[in-house]
Amino acid sequence: MLYNEPSPLETRILSRRFGLPDSASIDTYLRTDGYKAFLKASGMTPEQIIEELKISNLRGRGGAGFPTGMKWSFVPRQSPKPKYIVVNADESEPGTCKDRVLMEYDPHQLIEGCLIAGLAVDAHKGWIYIRGEYRYLIEVMDKALAEAYEKGWLGKNIQGTGFDFDLYTHTGAGAYECGEESALLESLEGKRGVPRIRPPFPAVVGAFQCPTVLNNVETFCAVPPIILNGGKAFADLGVPKAGGTKLTCLTGHVNRPGVYELRLGFPVMQMIEEVGGGMRNGKKLKAFIPGGSSCPLLNAAECEGATMDYDSMAARKSMLGSGGVVVMDEDTCMVKAALRIMRFYAHESCGWCIPCREGTTWLRKILIRFHEGGGVRSDIDLMADISKNMLGRTFCPLGDAAALPTISIVEKFREEFEDHLNGKPCPFEHAGQMVMA
Amino acid sequence: MPDLVKLSIDGREVQAAPGTLVIDAAKREGIEVPAFCYYEGFTLQAACRMCLVEVEKMPKLQTACTLPVAEGMVVRTETAQVAEARKYMLEFLLTNHPLDCPVCDKGGECELQDMTFRYGVGESRYTELKVHTPEKQFSPVVFFDAPRCILCYRCVRVCNEGMGVGALGVINRGVVSEIAPNKGDHLECDECGACIDICPVGALTSGIYRYKARPWEMEHVGTICTHCADGCKTTLGVRNGHIIRGNNRDQSGINREFLCIKGRYAFDFYDHPDRLQAPLVRVNGKLEEVSWAQALKIVADKFNRTVADGGSFGVIGSNHTTNEENYYLQKFAREVLGTNNIDHRRTGDVVTLLDALSGKEAKLATVADLYERKAALVLGADLALEHPLLSYQLRANYRHHQAHIYAVTPGPVREDKYAVASIRVGGPAVKVGGDLGITPGRDVGAVSNGPGSAPVGGPGVVPNNGQTSEGPRWEPVNGPGIATGDPSGFVHPHDVSAVPADYFAALESLRDKLKAEPELVILFDDDFKGDEIRQLVEFGDSLGIPVKYVCLVDYSNSRGAVDMGLTPELLPGYKPSERPGMHSDEMLDADLSVLWIVGENPLRNGRTRKAGFLVVHEMFLTETARQADVVLPAACAYEKNGTVTNNTGEVQRLKRGIDTMGAKPDLEIMGFIAREMGVAAALGPWSADVVFEEIRRKVRGYDIPLPVIATGGAAQTMPVNGRIPVANRPDLVRSDHNGLFASGTLGRYSRVLNSVLESREAADETNPSPAVLSR
Amino acid sequence: MTFSPELEARFEKLLRTYPPGRERGAMIPMLMYAQDEVGSVSQELIEEVARRVGVTPLQVQEVISYYSMLHPTPMGKYHVQICTNISCLLWDGDKLWEQACKKLGIGHKEVTPDGRISLEEVECIGACSWAPAIQVNYDFHHFVTPEQLDRLLDSLGKKQ
Ligand SMILES: Cc1cc2nc3c(=O)[nH]c(=O)nc-3n(C[C@H](O)[C@H](O)[C@H](O)COP(=O)(O)O)c2cc1C
Ligand code: SF4
Ligand code: FES
Repeated sequence: MLYNEPSPLETRILSRRFGLPDSASIDTYLRTDGYKAFLKASGMTPEQIIEELKISNLRGRGGAGFPTGMKWSFVPRQSPKPKYIVVNADESEPGTCKDRVLMEYDPHQLIEGCLIAGLAVDAHKGWIYIRGEYRYLIEVMDKALAEAYEKGWLGKNIQGTGFDFDLYTHTGAGAYECGEESALLESLEGKRGVPRIRPPFPAVVGAFQCPTVLNNVETFCAVPPIILNGGKAFADLGVPKAGGTKLTCLTGHVNRPGVYELRLGFPVMQMIEEVGGGMRNGKKLKAFIPGGSSCPLLNAAECEGATMDYDSMAARKSMLGSGGVVVMDEDTCMVKAALRIMRFYAHESCGWCIPCREGTTWLRKILIRFHEGGGVRSDIDLMADISKNMLGRTFCPLGDAAALPTISIVEKFREEFEDHLNGKPCPFEHAGQMVMA
Repeated sequence: MPDLVKLSIDGREVQAAPGTLVIDAAKREGIEVPAFCYYEGFTLQAACRMCLVEVEKMPKLQTACTLPVAEGMVVRTETAQVAEARKYMLEFLLTNHPLDCPVCDKGGECELQDMTFRYGVGESRYTELKVHTPEKQFSPVVFFDAPRCILCYRCVRVCNEGMGVGALGVINRGVVSEIAPNKGDHLECDECGACIDICPVGALTSGIYRYKARPWEMEHVGTICTHCADGCKTTLGVRNGHIIRGNNRDQSGINREFLCIKGRYAFDFYDHPDRLQAPLVRVNGKLEEVSWAQALKIVADKFNRTVADGGSFGVIGSNHTTNEENYYLQKFAREVLGTNNIDHRRTGDVVTLLDALSGKEAKLATVADLYERKAALVLGADLALEHPLLSYQLRANYRHHQAHIYAVTPGPVREDKYAVASIRVGGPAVKVGGDLGITPGRDVGAVSNGPGSAPVGGPGVVPNNGQTSEGPRWEPVNGPGIATGDPSGFVHPHDVSAVPADYFAALESLRDKLKAEPELVILFDDDFKGDEIRQLVEFGDSLGIPVKYVCLVDYSNSRGAVDMGLTPELLPGYKPSERPGMHSDEMLDADLSVLWIVGENPLRNGRTRKAGFLVVHEMFLTETARQADVVLPAACAYEKNGTVTNNTGEVQRLKRGIDTMGAKPDLEIMGFIAREMGVAAALGPWSADVVFEEIRRKVRGYDIPLPVIATGGAAQTMPVNGRIPVANRPDLVRSDHNGLFASGTLGRYSRVLNSVLESREAADETNPSPAVLSR
Repeated sequence: MTFSPELEARFEKLLRTYPPGRERGAMIPMLMYAQDEVGSVSQELIEEVARRVGVTPLQVQEVISYYSMLHPTPMGKYHVQICTNISCLLWDGDKLWEQACKKLGIGHKEVTPDGRISLEEVECIGACSWAPAIQVNYDFHHFVTPEQLDRLLDSLGKKQ
């Protein structure tokens, strides 16, 4: 059973097997073109595979949106070290729940994506780093891996191609920062999830100090359709500089929240109104997060004319991010939203660098006090200022991820902060008081 | 030499070798980029974000501590944007940092205080509650005040990378991250105090110095540690005639930033309540205090009478006293007392090594060589415990230059963690010489019966995890490590205890590996003496590569004692004595008229004196002093001037830091006895400088450049060319193998060393689980 | 320390998963799977895992204290994790959290006196589109209503 009904407005490429009976089994997969892309790729040169990806305009689906073909081309093929594939299945960005369904409903598509990546960079081993909370998915993936081994789609000399590949699952243990690629690699090596100094990037020095291709689940899942149908077909689904579809997690105050596969460039308002069935209780839209809590928020006016792609969001000084859309209606307290987001980043800051470690906690403390009515006017600018002092100066992008939404909320919803001043109770708080940890 | 990279820093044209970090390139130009987490020689962290600089064409500020120089790069370190970033970084840091500077030990030497003064904001915008946690005691030596900690991870790195111990780590995450000790609530480590020294703030403080003084109240006296033979420079913080602390604040010695617990803290025997402060003379069978004048007269009269009566003398010197004292003592014995019965406790067979190297150039390694040479072979010694500086040098060499280290030792040693090969030998390591093919016959017999048959606990080859298909197994153990992928940390070894394996094959392969090295330093301890050393040198020659040697000895001046002729067979500078006298053991057993023991405790193991009259110079009433007729209270190394010669033959200067009332330097005591005897003219003035001048003229090898040591440097003695024409007595060579927390008599009176030993015992009783660190 | 044969088999496989000499990679999975079996990351477990992957206990301690799912003391038999992060908050996840605290009389990372249920206010668990969401041990519950939560807590209190 799917968690939510599909929408007729979807373009189902990566999710095309969702809802099929026994969609996770290798038999279903093989019946529906499964592993054909791998066979096709095994007849291609690595350069051809990478070229196809470049044509597809596939950009990383983990949040940063880096062109995947280019990333793969950075792996030094001449290096005498082994090369590895690592799947980022740490999915922890608030608002995001798409990698979950990709693995749950179609695990073999991910395996096939890894195999093709292995062909492209001469890697023969890989790990799927799955967040600890997704234990059931480790079972799903382990089962799929076992099937693939059994049917000769993993292991030695896969289907007579002469290509060897081993793939394993690896569990995380509860840490958002381990979604950041270099922290993930540290965690994979059995260490604290503290990011690494970069350069060198994982493509050159990655897992176990060897060259590594590291991508998001969705990115790997897009590879088989690209190889099978050609990069161009994929590119044509999207917008000029970003090809294909994006699994979009529609969350918050809409009538039909859910994960939907939409073409890149899908209009924001249409998504809310038609895919999501409109605002819950007929309320008005107040704020919109395009791709997970790290992205600057848009207000209702900014959503008009916006489309779900990198450039449109960049033009509005936000980001497409990971696909975690959060829709907030007019009854939402933006101070409370800012506080909840900051509590998250303060909790998840790895603590390595000063500005993130101290800045997130300072902001959290101010926001708690502020939301409880203890705010003074100068706090408002102070919060914006602290965020700006973090921005661009932290060791990894988590600091920015904490600063950006805060800056946007303070700037765009300043009057709501003023409404909380001078001991006034939160105007949106109808019942109960939020418990602060 | 690769081409230099040209860049501009603050408008200045700068040239630097490729790979140089901007922070270092700037420093060389006199441009100080502020930094907390960056520390030269350790892995990069980029955690404190203080070193942010502006770089043209780069959108964001860059951390100068991780940015390698590049051709044409334009760096600015003092722009408005940079200043603002620093200011706010300090504001972040101070949000949780207690402002208890007035009572903080670090006040006045605190990098955070200095930086706030230079770059900080005047007032705080932080009005929230600060997190407070109580101070913790990690060990007798180390205290930790978490709120003061700024998480620069210097302590973690110096312990892990520098010391190879890894006793400090980081626990929790985010704002509650904290430095934690390896045993839950306490530390089990070398207690070297390096973490305290390197801490930029007052988070780690020492049990010895805490709340004792403000840095600016002290006078800082650079001298040489009196404990082991490595010869570290230590700077004494002296106030009102008391040593308040030891450290290496200017890092100018051969040990640079290194000191072990002894060098840093174990000066504290000097004011032990048992310290002798007045001469003692035996009256009616009991030792009673007398004045110096009386004591000297008694000794001088006795000496004069004995000379006149043709009585016999025995003289035993010390491996703690200075070269000047030793030289003067042997001159006194030979020229005034007319005896060659003179000796000291021999702890390494330096004589045979020098003899075996005769005619060969540049064969003695310096402390610096251990950091610079491409490979080193450690034979026998547990270097980390017995020669902590040398061990530190090898680790630094490994981290910075990927030096190849080999260890052939009877038990697990710290070098195993990064050695290319570690081999366990069952019995005394001396057999290694034979097994390496130096002598035919491979006479290990009992301990190994050939391939695969090594008994458990006996010889074995440590499974070497160092090399895997991914390359060497070094990696940053904590934190993000360094950008260039150089080795930066030590991986805890897998079970290194006795894996039975093909012992002989391992030795063969060791030999082949050594042959393939471009150069080598061999360090060996008292397991090698006499012919074994000759064989070892032959073995070194057979490798066909340049080899240097270090003969490991104990105590601060063992090496100097032999050089100065404190042996019955050899005069100063290894000239033969025409009528060799008795050695120590013979003297102790003989019915001598007078036995004169200067700073040594040969009667410690329940021996009784035989000599008719016993004069002892001592700091404490040792077993030997207790049997004396006259005890003369001697000054310790921190109370005198002079020179000492370390393990590697490097001569350094002692500088007097304090005086202990009543005690006198041995040189002075000898001079006064001579004066009292009326023979002072024959011996010359008892001033350290004058005696050293004579040493330079008369002792082979000691014609070293004076300015070097006068300015606090170390100068290696010249090789003794020409064979040493005498049979020395290797059978007398015996090392005490003092570990980190022992140092002969001095160790027994050091409160710090005893408190560590006691806390270890207490911990062992409450928690009998096996020690985790390979120590 | 002994584990079930299944877990031992899993460990053995795990240790072979990582490149030779890199067994440390197995540390976190081992801790997670072992915690499921023995209930918490005890000192004994720390030392055992340290030994098996070739690190010091301190290095394991550093790791466990970093990750929020590794508990040094046992949680309840049913560990109820309620998400209050942004997407769940918008569907009143915070109210569910308060409701659970009140009903059970315990707070964040606390265990009921009978040891059956523990509570944790968690960060986003990846169920945002089906908010509000909670997890009981590893099982997800989506679109949770106050009534459902009430019934769930009741049944966990009784369930064998
Ligand atoms: C704090 C932080 C958290 C992240 N979390 C995730 C995550 O949960 N999943 C993910 O795929 N990428 C995450 N990323 C992005 C990764 O660092 C990385 O860019 C991505 O996995 C690369 O894959 P892609 O190119 O396929 O997007 C995170 C980045 C940051 C800075
Ligand atoms: S910004 Fe700094 S403290 Fe925050 S997660 Fe990244 S490295 Fe850690
Ligand atoms: S010195 Fe560069 S970040 Fe600390």
